[in-house]
Amino acid sequence: MLQVDGVTMHYGPVRALEDVSLAVPPGGIVAVLGANGAGKTSLLRTIAGLVRPSSGRIKFDGETVTLAATEDLVRRGLAYVPEGGGVIGELTVEENLRLGALWRRDRDERLRTLDEVVSVFPRLAERSGMHASTLSGGERQMLSIGRALMGRPRMLLLDEPSLGLAPIVVEQIMRVIGELRRERGLTVLLVEQNARSALSVADQGAVLNVGRVVAHGEAQQLAADAQLRHAYLGMT
Amino acid sequence: MSRFVDLTLNGISNGMIYAAVALSLVLIWRATRIINFAQGGMMMITTFIALSVVDAGGSYWLAFCVALASGFAIGAVTERALVRSLEGGPPLNAVIATLGLLILLQAVAGMIWGNTPRSFPPAYSIRGYEISGRHVLFGPFDTFTVLAVLGAAAALAVLFRGTGIGLQMRASAFDALAARLQGVRVTRMYTLGWALAALTGSLAGVLVAPAVFVGPNTFDAILVFAFTAAVLGGLDSPVGAIIGGLVLGLSLSYVSGYAGSSLVTLAALAILIAVLMVRPEGLFSVARARRI
Repeated sequence: MLQVDGVTMHYGPVRALEDVSLAVPPGGIVAVLGANGAGKTSLLRTIAGLVRPSSGRIKFDGETVTLAATEDLVRRGLAYVPEGGGVIGELTVEENLRLGALWRRDRDERLRTLDEVVSVFPRLAERSGMHASTLSGGERQMLSIGRALMGRPRMLLLDEPSLGLAPIVVEQIMRVIGELRRERGLTVLLVEQNARSALSVADQGAVLNVGRVVAHGEAQQLAADAQLRHAYLGMT
Repeated sequence: MSRFVDLTLNGISNGMIYAAVALSLVLIWRATRIINFAQGGMMMITTFIALSVVDAGGSYWLAFCVALASGFAIGAVTERALVRSLEGGPPLNAVIATLGLLILLQAVAGMIWGNTPRSFPPAYSIRGYEISGRHVLFGPFDTFTVLAVLGAAAALAVLFRGTGIGLQMRASAFDALAARLQGVRVTRMYTLGWALAALTGSLAGVLVAPAVFVGPNTFDAILVFAFTAAVLGGLDSPVGAIIGGLVLGLSLSYVSGYAGSSLVTLAALAILIAVLMVRPEGLFSVARARRI
């Protein structure tokens, strides 16, 4: 579904990614792990078309999208949920959700999707008329994932969905991610510092360190690798 | 007493003009964080275009529609050609550019239409209604002014609150990145925002034109009043712009009537400074939770 081939990316003179390669098969969940500043967010921003790589190639669904605009990638089914969710606090919960589907022409389809999303996150229905700025961290994360689903994406790029959330909320969000894959064949690239919860839901993982992939493999293998756990994942 | 009534009615009529121009400033401020100093020039150009239609034998309503359409077009072109190219730089660059555009528009208008102010026809009689044997300072054309501005404001409110395009425009204004991530074509929303703002300004232009003579610099003072009204209303709030326009219109009308018309501009500046000192967020802005 997604192929990243030898991508190098710079912020001005600073190299944020170096020769990163990664593949996410259709219906797969791949976790990208690493410490703060390892380049995880830079990788997602590059894939989402928010920054341009200096070299390398990105393919989505068989087509080269290295230079595609963010808005067009969304329309092709690649949705990016940034760190903290990027919900628009001045809009209501319902407006945030509707916004996610507005580029789709068919109004009935949009309403149907809204019902589906609300059934995944019933909490959002209770909050529908409130400004998103009044939501708790967990509700915001649900809203941002729900909003991304409003565009009926084939693939989600999730940036640290667990950041700052209580363990029970993290567990709930990871469970939803697993369900979305099982029930709709959604493909997910999940960036996390929280290696334990990310590897619990992912099939495969890759570890980034200072902009390079230093390890990749099956999620269970990564989780079991004592040296890796110690050196990069902060797990004991 | 009758004097007070006259000043009040006159204040409402003028206030609606300020409200419309303030609204056009607020729309652009909300969308792109730029104060459009060229607004006075834009509405001057569209009013002159309307006047040319009338001169060529066109009906008032044709001229009216041409003014609005040309306002929409000028707004869109300004955003595309001028503001877009300055995107990413300090916001002050774009503000200075709008000042430059104002000077350019005034010079061009002088070249095309001359520097002698010209009169502009009203849609309806500007003679005041007769109430108990006396003509008040409010006539059919004032009624039209009030209704047209309120109608435009209501149409904008419906657009912003009730339509998908409006939701996309608001989202683009609040958080451009988040909007892009939802597939919103943010740059198109900015263009549309400028176009609608300039259209609102051009409406104010044809409404105020019969009361003033139209020349290249005619609308400079109105821009100052409108800016004051917008700041009074909180700059961010379309409703505040309307209320701010009305409050300013009434205040200036009383100042003009009771203290002398030469003090009007001074009074507007005094109000502007007072608001900025006492309540810089505007009198009518509701306290909102800002994102951190």
